[in-house]
Amino acid sequence: MYQRFLTWLAALVFACCATPLFAQGGGGLTLDIVNGNASAIPIAVVPFQWQGGGAPPETTVSDIISNDLNRCGQFRALPKTDIVESPARGSEIKFPTWRLLKQDYIVVGRVIDGGAGDVKVEFELFTVGDQKNLASLAISGQRSDMRGIAHQVADVIYEKITSVRGAFWTRIAYVTARGIGNNASYALMIADSDGYGPQTVVSSRQPLLSPAWSPDGRKLAYESFERGSSAIYIQDIATGAREVVSARKGINGAPAFSPDGSRLALSLSNGVNPDIYVMDLGSRALTQLTRNYAIDTEPVWSPDGSSIYFTSDRGGKPQIYQVSAGGGGESRVTFAGDQNAKSSVSFDGKKIAVSQGNKNMYHIAVLDRASGSNTVISPGNFDESPSFAPNASMLLYAATEGSRDVLYAVSADGRVRQRLVLADGDVRSPAWGPYRQRGQ
Amino acid sequence: MKIPFRVLLTTVAAAAALAACSGKKAVKPPPPPPEATTTTTTSTNTGRYTVESLDKDPCLRQRVIYFDLDKTEIHSEFQAQIACHAEYLRQFPGAKVTLEGNADERGTRDYNQGLGERRGNAVSSALSAAGASTSQLNVVSYGEERPVCREHSEDCWQKNRRVEIVYTSKQ
Repeated sequence: MYQRFLTWLAALVFACCATPLFAQGGGGLTLDIVNGNASAIPIAVVPFQWQGGGAPPETTVSDIISNDLNRCGQFRALPKTDIVESPARGSEIKFPTWRLLKQDYIVVGRVIDGGAGDVKVEFELFTVGDQKNLASLAISGQRSDMRGIAHQVADVIYEKITSVRGAFWTRIAYVTARGIGNNASYALMIADSDGYGPQTVVSSRQPLLSPAWSPDGRKLAYESFERGSSAIYIQDIATGAREVVSARKGINGAPAFSPDGSRLALSLSNGVNPDIYVMDLGSRALTQLTRNYAIDTEPVWSPDGSSIYFTSDRGGKPQIYQVSAGGGGESRVTFAGDQNAKSSVSFDGKKIAVSQGNKNMYHIAVLDRASGSNTVISPGNFDESPSFAPNASMLLYAATEGSRDVLYAVSADGRVRQRLVLADGDVRSPAWGPYRQRGQ
Repeated sequence: MKIPFRVLLTTVAAAAALAACSGKKAVKPPPPPPEATTTTTTSTNTGRYTVESLDKDPCLRQRVIYFDLDKTEIHSEFQAQIACHAEYLRQFPGAKVTLEGNADERGTRDYNQGLGERRGNAVSSALSAAGASTSQLNVVSYGEERPVCREHSEDCWQKNRRVEIVYTSKQ
């Protein structure tokens, strides 16, 4: 038993040392917990036992699960140094030990070598107080996708305890930029929700911006200047196949897929001034929703697809307005702060996150539609572009630190923040993708 | 239609002055070209340009117009620059320019693209009022995506709030 623990310790040390190497060598994102939430639910994720020949996988499943639970702000995972016993199954748990450590929940599990690159992760979740088994499940997958499997385990734990679907096993899209002037280069990237496994979707010498996920998570719409002027592309992530869906005179920007994926909201200026349009993706027919001299942009669909939120400076400064998806019934939504722009709506439509400006400082604020409360959840001076996770437990946003653009993930209550820093260059325009389906 | 260059310059000066005065309203379509007046001003160039003038003429070599925060009005100090480029475009009907509109980093990216286009359109209107043909003028807004300066200071932001006149065809 003790020897097994030592093996685990060796694996953990290896994982700790390997992480920064991965982050730099792979040009990926590094992660720092900025602050914590003392009132979060205490949970012990005991390192999972490796059952198989040869060396255990380099990826430590329990670390990924603990990080996920910590990041969302609702949990406080017991630090590894405080995990004094290493039960691998429910029958091995000595509950008094974990009660002494003031844990509410405990997770134990096994990583089983299935041969030919396959692994199976079996895990059990218990309450420490009344020793109730909340979950006994197995998730299978490729050994090369240990991180994906671990995120799925974290999702199950999250859902069993909070009764809300977990959103750790999701992807994010963002834009990176390097250089200035003629040396500038831009890339549209996707990565796991915790910033690992970055992949380039498209790169360009000309600006790329405003990535938006299709509801099935298979496509991204974005604006690109690679033709010398603004155009909107839709690209299949797996195949790389893409097409230009709008390249009119002036601005073709801010695409947003409707919840059923059949339509695309966008901002078109026709060389005059930007208004909100909806394109039927089957026929490519356009419906103009707004019509005035203001800048109308950044459309976002309500979850039921019946209306669209957008940014407009028709009242002088940018504010969020709402319009029926068929046109008509325009009304102003935001009133707090000097200005509000670039909204993101929670899956249930109850919360709207915005970039809120006050005296030229920009913070992320969350507006509760029922109570009307306005909560500032980010401390930076140039925070913008909030994007809710599909379960609204967390948000991504873009911030500026020194002369760099970085991304933060923040819990919905603003109490836990984590920085996702690209090793070289700027990171911006985050978009949190939808729930994933297995095999995708 | 032949308009004396001197009158043209005056027109632009008047347009710029009008534009500068109307700076309080943030949302406004570009002002219409005002009627020509007969005040006299001294012109620095009364002769004809050649294609080489683009590289040699001190006025034509200036190709950047700067703006105030959240504003699209063209300051009077840029009137000479607008006038000489308009005159060049009038003399060379085959010449074409792209007016690249830019904004500083404050505000959201999509909104700033709209702001950059407003600035580009303001320069386009001024050039057109001063004698250039609209078919010679193309506006592309990059918003805050193509800064020339990356510091978070007013000095830097001033440099980024700009329209660049880029000749895509010289004659």
